[in-house]
Amino acid sequence: MLHQLQKPLEQAKPSRRTFLKMSAGAVGGLILAAKLPNTAKAAAGSGEFAQPFVHIRPDNTVAVLSKHLDKGQGTANGLATLVADELDASHEQIVLELAPSNPQLYANSLFGVQGTGGSTAMPNAFMQYRQAGAAAKAMIVSAAAKEWGVPAGEITVSSGVVSHPSGKTATLGELAGLAAQEEVPADPALKTPDQWVYIGKSFPRKDVKNKTVGAPDTYTIDFKRDGMLTATVARSPRFGGTVKSFDASEAEKVPGVVEIFQIPSGVAVVAESTWPAIKARDLLEIEWDDSAAETRSSDAMMSELKDMTTKPGLTVREDGDVDAALEASANVMKIDYDFPFLAHGAMEPLDIVAEFDGEKAEFWFASQIQTLDHNVAATILGIPFENVQINTLWSGGSFGRRAQQDSHPVSEVSFLMKAMRDAGMEKRPIKIVWTREDDMTGGYYRPMSAHKIKVGLDDDGNVTAVKYNIAAKSIIKGSAFEPMLMADGVDHNMTEGASDTTYSFPVMNMEQAFQETPVPVLWWRSVGHTHTAYVMETMMDRIAKETGKDPVALRLELLKDDPRKTNVLKLAAEKAGWDTPLPEGRHRGVAVHKSFGSYVAEVAEISFREDGTVKVEKVTAAVDCGIPVNPDNIRAQVEGGIGYGLGAILRNQVTLTDGYVEETNFDTYESLRMSDMPEIEVHIVPSTESPTGIGEPGTPPIGPAVANAIAAARDEWITSLPFTKAGLV
Amino acid sequence: MSVTLTINGEKRTLDAASDTPLLWALRDELGMTGTKFGCGIASCGACTVHWDGIPSRSCQLQIGDLEGANITTIEGANGKAAEAVQAAWQELDVPQCGYCQSGQILAATALLSETPKPTDDDIDAAMDGNVCRCATYARIRKAIHVAADKMEG
Repeated sequence: MLHQLQKPLEQAKPSRRTFLKMSAGAVGGLILAAKLPNTAKAAAGSGEFAQPFVHIRPDNTVAVLSKHLDKGQGTANGLATLVADELDASHEQIVLELAPSNPQLYANSLFGVQGTGGSTAMPNAFMQYRQAGAAAKAMIVSAAAKEWGVPAGEITVSSGVVSHPSGKTATLGELAGLAAQEEVPADPALKTPDQWVYIGKSFPRKDVKNKTVGAPDTYTIDFKRDGMLTATVARSPRFGGTVKSFDASEAEKVPGVVEIFQIPSGVAVVAESTWPAIKARDLLEIEWDDSAAETRSSDAMMSELKDMTTKPGLTVREDGDVDAALEASANVMKIDYDFPFLAHGAMEPLDIVAEFDGEKAEFWFASQIQTLDHNVAATILGIPFENVQINTLWSGGSFGRRAQQDSHPVSEVSFLMKAMRDAGMEKRPIKIVWTREDDMTGGYYRPMSAHKIKVGLDDDGNVTAVKYNIAAKSIIKGSAFEPMLMADGVDHNMTEGASDTTYSFPVMNMEQAFQETPVPVLWWRSVGHTHTAYVMETMMDRIAKETGKDPVALRLELLKDDPRKTNVLKLAAEKAGWDTPLPEGRHRGVAVHKSFGSYVAEVAEISFREDGTVKVEKVTAAVDCGIPVNPDNIRAQVEGGIGYGLGAILRNQVTLTDGYVEETNFDTYESLRMSDMPEIEVHIVPSTESPTGIGEPGTPPIGPAVANAIAAARDEWITSLPFTKAGLV
Repeated sequence: MSVTLTINGEKRTLDAASDTPLLWALRDELGMTGTKFGCGIASCGACTVHWDGIPSRSCQLQIGDLEGANITTIEGANGKAAEAVQAAWQELDVPQCGYCQSGQILAATALLSETPKPTDDDIDAAMDGNVCRCATYARIRKAIHVAADKMEG
């Protein structure tokens, strides 16, 4: 997602400064277990050990504060695994908490601001959280040594119990207050991998119990403040439209409606509870000004994109004279692809809770890029950065949807709170709730895109050249991230997974073109890889078919310089029995792809139902994401990533008719369901490499693996998604 | 209007407009937020409750029609099947974001109460109305089988 930030951070310092200036208050940098200056003394008195990432409490609970939003990907538990291991805490005593907005303490070291995305949580925090756990342990041991009058070296900690050979023992909680007064070690000793008790082994998710009993205050939508009001907002049904005029006379009559305001994003209905706010909104009569709105249909937009791929674009990769190489080729395969807009469809629609007293503002929601949200709130409310408090809550999914670069939910609620204040309303907290229709028709989609491929082959069936033109709306251009992520003018998010391929083609050139439209677009689980993996990996199978080669053998031949990709491909093929015959009616397809530093190969086994639709029976996956911190969560994320990607390629698309969104809810944007879910086997490559993310990498290979299986069965290549268009669903 | 019904074994009175969906009455009037809003059109199952033991979409039940009804929500899920399901869910780390899981658990509980040893086809039929965007379906299926074993043992 935001992983491309890493390079510009290293290469383009001026851009970084620009970005940080925009994110006033952000200092970036890696903060280990630095003492919180104002809280250290208080903590000593309270018997609590309170450091930025670890709170050890007198009741013997150890809270690990995740600086990253947990939207289901298991990050909070993953970071707790690191702390618990280095601290030698017990699994039972660990409590997961989400850190509030504080860029000084909680910046993502790959972004320079606090934010979650690009499967970066584990790679950026692996050492930081281990050091935090190790520092806490050193302080506990040091405190015990003083208390007991024994050498620190004789003290051991195991499963949360501190002991000395003399028989003295104490819990972490009992020593917390004393440990809080110890110096924070600058460079605490870390365990060696053979000493790990949880990392690479097992640390079951600590958030699961709450999520199986309907625990209160878990998600934003559940969060309530005393006297809280609830609002819905009628937003323009066409992207880019604004309110021309409105009549609220009928809406106002609904019992429970408190006030109705026009705000920049639309008309807000403020009510005592949710149902009146929903009901009254339907009674608003609004005339929209569509002079700046997108009024085209998605078909017309796709025609424009396809046309753009036939013209020279912005150079993304240029190995040499690709046109000459194609000209000299014995055979040139030409393939066009198109991909639709996709909604994220997280189970919890967007929502936010906030309150503002004219001087200070507090927010409670699943903020994914806290520093941006924090700034936007301060700017709109006209108060200093430090007068804004953002409390991060658990998210009922996101898949990228809560990582808005424009912080529109914060912006909207801030404008509403100003309007309420200007109207002289008494100060009351407010919650804005989005309905499913708001969420589905509200944009911030995975961009639709067109791709034009030309592959040159020589007489022996070797690839001579690849020319790749892509057109889409840029997620980055014009956003807060443009200075950092497009330092060279190129949107790498759009082409990742293709322009950086490790297939050794003699010449590969890639060009991109940007569509202009008011339809907002955003990172969607695995971003550019959602389309590039499909294109590259189905292209590989077409080359294999054209040249009479085995799809796995062809890939291995062209991946000579990529040992990790080679490994996962071989492992998945072996576990799936690639070289063994299939039962009657079954067909296989393979795909291998690297995204966000992690390598995933998937072999899909399919059959066809009597009506000709495709059923994905089984997926065998192999993954290399470096040191597997929590193997069961890696399996879970790959299972879920496969399901998320499969649902999208089978039948998901957001289409526009004259600018109006056609798919408004789960009845028309049909999710993957239980009966669609294949059996999934996930094999993890043992590794000592630094850990990389796993929230996204399971998603890209599934589409092409299934498409390749269909092609193996029927010689039918699906190049226009979703599969419903080909009558396969 | 005022409606009296039984929720999780307790008599409760709701004072709200008669067209208020049970979902919002539970969440906003009673503060029982375990029942989730997902779609509002009975397409996702996040708002599943039991009405006389039958899994029902609370976004489609208007409180005006519920005088005397017997409703069970996730907060009141108990008994052999519910406990086996919750234990299996925890054992297999089924939830990811967790938002749909109240509904999944109530759907699975109703399935196991009717069909103590469900086949995969039974599971497909009983669970297809419950969407999980994290796609935890493979684990849900496995957990239902584990829960069935627990109930037997």
